[in-house]
Amino acid sequence: MIHSLFLINSSGDIFLEKHWKSVVSRSVCDYFFEAQERATEAENVPPVIPTPHHYLLNVYRHKIFFVAVIQTEVPPLFVIEFLHRVVDTFQDYFGVCSEVVIKDNVVVVYEVLEEMLDNGFPLATESNILKELIKPPTILRTVVNTITGSTNVGDQLPTGQLSVVPWRRTGVKYTNNEAYFDVIEEIDAIIDKSGSTITAEIQGVIDACVKLTGMPDLTLSFMNPRLLDDVSFHPCVRFKRWESERILSFIPPDGNFRLLSYHVSAQNLVAIPVYVKHNISFRDSSSLGRFEITVGPKQTMGKTVEGVMVTSQMPKGVLNMSLTPSQGMHTFDPVTKLLSWDVGKINPQKLPNLKGTMSLQAGTSKPDENPTINLQFKIQQLAISGLKVNRLDMYGEKYKPFKGIKYMTKAGKFQVRT
Amino acid sequence: MNSMQKLLQLPASAVNLVRFQQGMAGEEAKSPVLTPDGGQQVWYNAMQANELRLLTSPEQVPAPDNSTSDSQTQPLRHDDLKEMLDSNKDSLKLEAMKRIVAMIARGKNASDLFPAVVKNVACKNIEVKKLVYVYLVRYAEEQQDLALLSISTFQRGLKDPNQLIRASALRVLSSIRVPIIVPIMMLAIKEAASDMSPYVRKTAAHAIPKLYSLDSDQKDQLIEVIEKLLADKTTLVAGSVVMAFEEVCPERIDLIHKNYRKLCNLLIDVEEWGQVVIINMLTRYARTQFLSPNQNESLLEENPEKAFYGSDEEDSKDDKLDAASLVKRKPYVMDPDHRLLLRNTKPLLQSRNAAVVMAVAQLYFHLAPKAEVGVIAKALVRLLRSHSEVQWVVLQNVATMSIKRRGMFEPYLKSFYIRSTDPTQIKILKLEVLTNLANETNISTILREFQTYIRSMDKDFVAATIQAIGRCATNIGKVRDTCLNGLVQLLSNRDELVVAESVVVIKKLLQMQPSQHSEIIKHMAKLTDNIQVPMARASILWLIGEYCEHVPKIAPDVLRKMSKSFTGEEDIVKLQVINLAAKLYLTNSKQSKLLTQYVLNLAKYDQNYDIRDRARFIRQLIVPTEKSGALNKYAKKLFLAQKPAPILESSFKDRDHFQLGSLSHLLNAKAVGYQELPDWPDEAPDPSVRNVEVPEWTKCTSREKRKEKVEKPFYSDSEGESGPTESADSDPESVSETESESGSSSSSSESGSDSGSRGEESGDQSEEEEEKKKKKKKKGKEGPRKACPESAGSDPSEEEEEQEQGKKGKKKKPQDEGKGASESSWEEGSVSESSSSKSDSGSEAEESQSEPESRRRTTPPSSKPAPKASRKETKEISLLDLDDFTPAPPQPASSPAIVSTSLVTDLEGLTLTNASLAPTMLSPVFSTVKTYELLHRMAGEGLSVEYYFNRQPFPPDPHMVAVQIQFSNNTESEVKNLRVSEPKLVSGMRIQEFQEIESLAPGDTASVIMGIDFCDSTQAANFQLCTHSRQFYVSIQPPVGELMAPVFMSENEFKKEQGKLTGMSEITEKLTLPDKCQSDHTIVQRVTAAANVSRVPCGADNEYRFAAKTVTSGSLILITLERKEGARAHLTVNSEKMVIGTMLVQDISQALAQ
Repeated sequence: MIHSLFLINSSGDIFLEKHWKSVVSRSVCDYFFEAQERATEAENVPPVIPTPHHYLLNVYRHKIFFVAVIQTEVPPLFVIEFLHRVVDTFQDYFGVCSEVVIKDNVVVVYEVLEEMLDNGFPLATESNILKELIKPPTILRTVVNTITGSTNVGDQLPTGQLSVVPWRRTGVKYTNNEAYFDVIEEIDAIIDKSGSTITAEIQGVIDACVKLTGMPDLTLSFMNPRLLDDVSFHPCVRFKRWESERILSFIPPDGNFRLLSYHVSAQNLVAIPVYVKHNISFRDSSSLGRFEITVGPKQTMGKTVEGVMVTSQMPKGVLNMSLTPSQGMHTFDPVTKLLSWDVGKINPQKLPNLKGTMSLQAGTSKPDENPTINLQFKIQQLAISGLKVNRLDMYGEKYKPFKGIKYMTKAGKFQVRT
Repeated sequence: MNSMQKLLQLPASAVNLVRFQQGMAGEEAKSPVLTPDGGQQVWYNAMQANELRLLTSPEQVPAPDNSTSDSQTQPLRHDDLKEMLDSNKDSLKLEAMKRIVAMIARGKNASDLFPAVVKNVACKNIEVKKLVYVYLVRYAEEQQDLALLSISTFQRGLKDPNQLIRASALRVLSSIRVPIIVPIMMLAIKEAASDMSPYVRKTAAHAIPKLYSLDSDQKDQLIEVIEKLLADKTTLVAGSVVMAFEEVCPERIDLIHKNYRKLCNLLIDVEEWGQVVIINMLTRYARTQFLSPNQNESLLEENPEKAFYGSDEEDSKDDKLDAASLVKRKPYVMDPDHRLLLRNTKPLLQSRNAAVVMAVAQLYFHLAPKAEVGVIAKALVRLLRSHSEVQWVVLQNVATMSIKRRGMFEPYLKSFYIRSTDPTQIKILKLEVLTNLANETNISTILREFQTYIRSMDKDFVAATIQAIGRCATNIGKVRDTCLNGLVQLLSNRDELVVAESVVVIKKLLQMQPSQHSEIIKHMAKLTDNIQVPMARASILWLIGEYCEHVPKIAPDVLRKMSKSFTGEEDIVKLQVINLAAKLYLTNSKQSKLLTQYVLNLAKYDQNYDIRDRARFIRQLIVPTEKSGALNKYAKKLFLAQKPAPILESSFKDRDHFQLGSLSHLLNAKAVGYQELPDWPDEAPDPSVRNVEVPEWTKCTSREKRKEKVEKPFYSDSEGESGPTESADSDPESVSETESESGSSSSSSESGSDSGSRGEESGDQSEEEEEKKKKKKKKGKEGPRKACPESAGSDPSEEEEEQEQGKKGKKKKPQDEGKGASESSWEEGSVSESSSSKSDSGSEAEESQSEPESRRRTTPPSSKPAPKASRKETKEISLLDLDDFTPAPPQPASSPAIVSTSLVTDLEGLTLTNASLAPTMLSPVFSTVKTYELLHRMAGEGLSVEYYFNRQPFPPDPHMVAVQIQFSNNTESEVKNLRVSEPKLVSGMRIQEFQEIESLAPGDTASVIMGIDFCDSTQAANFQLCTHSRQFYVSIQPPVGELMAPVFMSENEFKKEQGKLTGMSEITEKLTLPDKCQSDHTIVQRVTAAANVSRVPCGADNEYRFAAKTVTSGSLILITLERKEGARAHLTVNSEKMVIGTMLVQDISQALAQ
């Protein structure tokens, strides 16, 4: 399946290559560079590039292109999904996935890649199994390794691969047994010029951090499971029980994992927690434009909206902006024409406001389109869909774990057209 | 063997070679000509050249070339590394290896270090070893001779008792791409394919494509291995072997038949990557085996969709086909196997893995009835939240699907709305989908949305939007004028690209109804002065030429202007100028004659030969001369013929002849290795090929017959006997066979596996047995025949079987069936005692007698070879291996209520163990003697050990599960002091060891019982098995059904207890009982086979109840199976032990579904 993998940074250097079958010359990447040049922007490089003898499938993350070389028919998503899994694994191992980190840990990276694929077919992609095979580097371990000469490779044989629950290793032990669940909902919305909602939907995830001894068997039930329209599970969740009882029953992986992601059915009207008042005007034959934005809370269920951040891509004609915010910080990059305003908390008594003028390139006419405003915000202790966890029970182990549930609502792809 | 020996000798010579090279290494400074890697370099360069040949463009002289020359110029660069590798310290070696691997990772050439590295292949340090493997796999191809040095290490690894070491040895060995070791690899793969560890078998499956790519001549042998592995029933192996199947022999679809149902059932538990491969393969399989579920759908339904795309040849062909099938009026009934596939893949739409979701989506799209395809839309829309690459792929597929099945995605229209932050390529695909989804009802919202897009800053996107508007306008007549007006407004846009695109689109729209739009044409004529984009200019000129009659005044003027600038125009514009001139000449020669002459003259001397040709051609055609007679008359007809309006259609139309989700679909071209998705067959191939094998005399070809038989309550202890000498290579087969038997539930003797190896020992018996078999066969046939009135019909099938078995016999040992048959003939002939034969209707009296008897007999826990009879009617054939020492613990099953109530009270006194338990514990109701392998003959160096759960109470400790262990000594010498030592147990687990076996003579077998307290968990008990000379690590993992002991209860007690165990302790599952699992007996038998439970009497006849207690903690487990109408049933398990309950539900429903 996957023949080779090349890691390419944004300046076009191939800084890592790995071959699972016979070696493919790195000159094959020239086709990729060609496509990259044609696409002008990194995000527009087509994920699949055919070349005379190979197909290049790539993903772009953390400013790195992961280019997989394949030779025969294979479901493209198979490769793409796998590449993303590789990136996730790196992130899991090193905290961040960047060129520098990969170069620093090249041996570990290489070993991990070696284990993930056998002859180009995925072998061990569960991070839990991988970590058993190759321990992730930590500062402490690096120190110990240099002194004792011991290594990152696990010295026990990895039994995880043989287990029926490959996502959990046996013999997990904790002194404090805790299980935390974060219910995070994101609102994707497009808001019209006039402030009416064109489309809005809620996508949610439940991220868990479970540190429990032994082989616990958890069940999580909701007050209102009907809200969940479309769900996708971590493989540990027993699908049958969800189907019949709407209960999440699972033996959790050890550590952090995404238990569930869901979509709230479209029938439920989505409450939009903030509104944006905007007045952006360009005038023909004038080198000045007016710019004013006010952000205010709308349906927040009595919670404060925080972490508000406004970004907007200004048209090319804008040379500079002189703005004054009523709160927070704002920056405008004259090169990329990106305006960003870190608002912070919204105080309903005194709405945050950003006001000022834009200086436009003289002689050009006004742009066709007003810029779109992208919004980010957070609301703690609230799941905007109204989803509530009813209870969490543990079976199979004797101790009493500490259980915690947190709710949060965030903006997903939240755009206001102006 | 000869070649093997040769190969084994090779490393020795290779060692010499290394020594030689090391000796040279010291001298290389003096004589650079003789650098040790001189030879390699040549080889390496050769490969480079080869690579280059594959790549077309000449400027791609690759970077590695530099590194080669680097190492040529500085051959001594790696001396320090070599020194480090030769040192005794692991830390130095490790450091060196790390540096080398880093070099490899960066693409630097490290091949000259090969001799130094390969010596460390046997290094004790596990990390050094791993890195050496990495190096070896990378460079072995280039250093074939030296690579052979390492082979013996791996060969040793293949024999290691630890499965993980065996697996990793095989993995590395098979990754070394050296053709000379092909035979070794082949041997290793074959061996590993019958390894007892599923993980090793998985690795074997992975190795198959590697070997195949190395030497495709091995195909036939590899297919055999694949066939064997396909029969494997573990989820671990399934994905890998199907992958191997797809790479080696995707055309051998016949190999799938027998495994089809198993694959469907296992699918949900296979790891995600395997799922993708299996689903794709099954899609192809289903297309060849089942009938189209949509064949009988009315044509009317198709029509509204087609209306927009005009008539299409393919579609009309379909129509004819449909019509034909309608005429036949053959009612379509979906094959149950087809349904099985659809049902079992559906939950996977919930997978977190986009590739799995996509695979299921394409399966539904290609295989499901129209009404059911809709379910995939939601899941696909969900994927749009994922990374942009995933979005890109998904959108392409959605685009194709939305053409065929628009209704499916309509509810999700808004999910395809475009955000300004989307990358352009995503925007364009979303636009495509929106356009495909547009219809009369939603067009206004879509157009409003398009209006926003037109003002976007992203001009490529705007151009695509204009195209999309054009398509909407052609498809939906109602909005054509609106769209046209909108586009005309765009003509005054400042951006030239936008204007040009609009012109092109307007041109296409105008062609539909030109007469009404002369105003627009005039407007566009004015634009010629400003628009520079060639395509747009050409479009305007064509329009004016085509409709010059509508704009008689403007057209000659435009021509005048254009002839002025003719020489400076692009080629396509020039061609259109000529075109315009010709048309004007024909309609309005008075005004345009001179101009036309002028243009033609200019064109005559143009640099482009196309234009010169065109000019010459047109001149001949339109200007009447003496020579050009005939065509001249028709010039007007030629030029001014009515031209059909262009159909604007999606570039995704008809892409669905490629399997969706495939690379070929994405590229819209056949990729290398793409397997065509076959068309539905007109006639369904014989569905019986998927019936899993059952022993010869009970096998029936057709499903109906089988069903019939099932209803006849006869079966025996299906998983039958367990030979202590189960031969290694028949392991997976026996597994599949046992499965098939429980599946078919016809009386069956567990055949082949054990007898195969026994056959080796007693080869001379085989002939006798063969004869017996024949006799037996006759007898055996009679039995089922009675049950099956349609016996005449089954004859051909039996012939088939015989043939099949003949084939099989060649492959395996011919004694197999002979033995199996002879065994059962024994039972029939003799009044031997059947082990736990299932109760038969009408034999209650018999049973009630036999029960106390068996009770008494079983109480002594030791295994007396006391098989016991409960012979019923002739059709009941039960199995017992009389040769074997196996104590088949007898138990009559499922005692009908009335009898057992009184009986149990009688029995209480007889049992030793259950006094302390409140509800009486019963001894096992039904003993499935399913053996598991503890130690493989190969791994145990001739000692093979098997175990099974005999379902007897273990008297020394009632909390323990009794495990019967059988040793057989296949070595030449005596094995002494067999004992258990050093159990490594999970906390709480305990083992009661068996008594040491002093000695076991060659060829002898022995059987002992040990007790294990599993603490009500299915975790394995690991311990060592020691002999006088060796020790083996072994582990026993109990199926959940063995962790309990049956318990007797009355109906009321049951209900009371069940009332206490509700809520979380109750697990319910809906299931559908397969046809063959409808009769009471089958159900009871299957449940009791899956778990050690006893039946509880029950008033209602559509309900079955069973009760048991877990062995360790004594918590109650109550099982209720309620049959509903049709084949549906509800399975409920009540137990405090959630985990056990859930697993039990799974096991039982699996057992029932088989």
